[in-house]
Amino acid sequence: MAIISLREALRQAMTEEMERDPTVFLMGEEVGEYNGAYKVSKGMLQQFGPMRVVDSPISEAGFCGLGVGAAMVGMRPIIEMMTWNFAIQAFDQIINHAAKMLYMSGGQFPIPMVIRGPHGAAHMLSAQHSQCVDHMLVNVPGMIVISTVIPADAKGLMKSAIRNNNPVCFLESEMVYGKEGEVPEGEYLIPIGVGDIKRKGEHVTLVAWNKMVYVALEVAEELAQEGIEVEILDPRTLQPLDENMIFESVRKTHRLVVLEEGWGISTIGNYIVDRTVTECFDDLDAPPVRVHNHFVPMPYNETLEHEVLPNKERTIEAIKKVLYR
Amino acid sequence: MPAPTNAQLVEFYKDMLLARRFEERCGQLYVQQKFSGFCHLYIGQEAVSTGSLNAIRKGQDYVISGYRDHVQPITLGMTPREVMAEMLGKATGCASGRGGSMHMFSSKLRYLGGHGIVGGQVPLAAGVGWKIKSMKEDLVILCFMGDAAINQGQFHEALNMAAIWDLPCIFIIENNLYGMGTAISRTCSLNVLADRAKGYNMRQAVVDGRNVLNTYAQMYEIVEETRKTSKPILVEMQTYRFRGHSMSDPQTYRLKEEVERERQQDCLQTLRDHMVAQKVATDDDFDKWEEEISEIVEDSVTFAEESPEPELHTIFDHVLAP
Repeated sequence: MAIISLREALRQAMTEEMERDPTVFLMGEEVGEYNGAYKVSKGMLQQFGPMRVVDSPISEAGFCGLGVGAAMVGMRPIIEMMTWNFAIQAFDQIINHAAKMLYMSGGQFPIPMVIRGPHGAAHMLSAQHSQCVDHMLVNVPGMIVISTVIPADAKGLMKSAIRNNNPVCFLESEMVYGKEGEVPEGEYLIPIGVGDIKRKGEHVTLVAWNKMVYVALEVAEELAQEGIEVEILDPRTLQPLDENMIFESVRKTHRLVVLEEGWGISTIGNYIVDRTVTECFDDLDAPPVRVHNHFVPMPYNETLEHEVLPNKERTIEAIKKVLYR
Repeated sequence: MPAPTNAQLVEFYKDMLLARRFEERCGQLYVQQKFSGFCHLYIGQEAVSTGSLNAIRKGQDYVISGYRDHVQPITLGMTPREVMAEMLGKATGCASGRGGSMHMFSSKLRYLGGHGIVGGQVPLAAGVGWKIKSMKEDLVILCFMGDAAINQGQFHEALNMAAIWDLPCIFIIENNLYGMGTAISRTCSLNVLADRAKGYNMRQAVVDGRNVLNTYAQMYEIVEETRKTSKPILVEMQTYRFRGHSMSDPQTYRLKEEVERERQQDCLQTLRDHMVAQKVATDDDFDKWEEEISEIVEDSVTFAEESPEPELHTIFDHVLAP
């Protein structure tokens, strides 16, 4: 199996799907001549030409809406947002148009469309460039939300997302576009809505997604030295969520920690805890704990930023808390 | 452009009359509380729908609009039954009771909706234009919007994209002079709304939307030119709504005299006068059509009232596509 980076895995998925389906096109800021702000679409303009790899004006609402309209009449647009921070400009199109169209037309107009881009904080970009919107997206019926940065998962899920007949919000991370992993070549599809156990463990269930999976893996490595075996679950798809994977793990470990980037009020972590407490109340040996951002706009300063983000230290503390250590 | 035949004149008149009587009946049913929610009537603007949509290839060219959307699908060929049933939220409505007054849809007629967010449909039209261009089709899209939509950012973004990429989009501002209760002259610095096109190096046209013959003639040229050149155009359609913005509008923002003055240019009366002068129809004909239309409208109401409610177990249908 080839070892490639996340950006290459995403490019491979998009390229393969564009080769097999002429209705698929990629549109966004800097995706063509500049080769992608984060080089995800490098070389694609050369391969597919300017009608299929399209440099857009800086008009997130506009080109996202263009994608919705094109999807209504049979195209399969991939709309790249330079980051999900900028996609907030397009929330009217995502929430009011893409997500609602099928339902309010009584099933007549599906929107097969992928809206993708990096999500969450990068490094020292301050408040307007460092936030999470995944918790807002999952609370809107009519959309699928995928959040994954493991190269193989990203490839398999991106291919499934492009073939899916619904709006799919696909959340990546610019911090780990260069991180590599084994990725199967050619046809490789991962079903939407199925999570993955990233590490087996007996003592505590740790749910994490996107780049927090890498923090979780570090935490598990460190705690293994102390004899604590952490089971890491990566839902990969946040809407719909693989709840059963979480319940099964908690029934084994009896302890739950959710590690998520973003502010801690009304989050996906809240939902996971709510569902787990409802379904696994008698299995729990400790109240679940969530690790998330401090409730402040992201500061620029490096030390402050590290403190605001849900880091390794706070996760270890949370795990020890549910283990009463 | 071929001049409309006598048969077409009759067709235009009957289409506008159906629109008028249908909307009047909607207004009555609303007052009688047969349905609720919003209800934006098209009364006064019928020539825009009839003139524009008879200038396209119905069922092939695409159409999208805002929420004043009861009439355009009927001009395109939807049955009044399907529209009225949707008004009443019935399972037999054109959106299965999911859309209501603001969200009529028909994939068969390529009517891409009735949209409720002012200006939100304008980028969608650019997307349809993108598809037409990508697939090298010989088609156009008509995108209707109210005058107030031109102050939305999405309008600007969409027109800019349509212009830079030469998309076959016909953006039509139905300028009825008011965005809800605010005169467009108070919210837009331009006297001629179509002048917005200059900022995008886009073609523009001002069309008389009060006289269906003018509307049809001008739109026919615009549609064929757009089909041929694949260049977008911004059309300002000058019109007027005789009724309030919606059913709950006391209309304190305009004078009764203004409305009366506008009623002197009623598109139905103008066409009727023309047809009588040209000896295309007699008073007897108009009486006969009035009766015919009345029956069609009443049939749509009966159909809608007798139609079943959507079944509760279908509430989760169409959240996601298979």
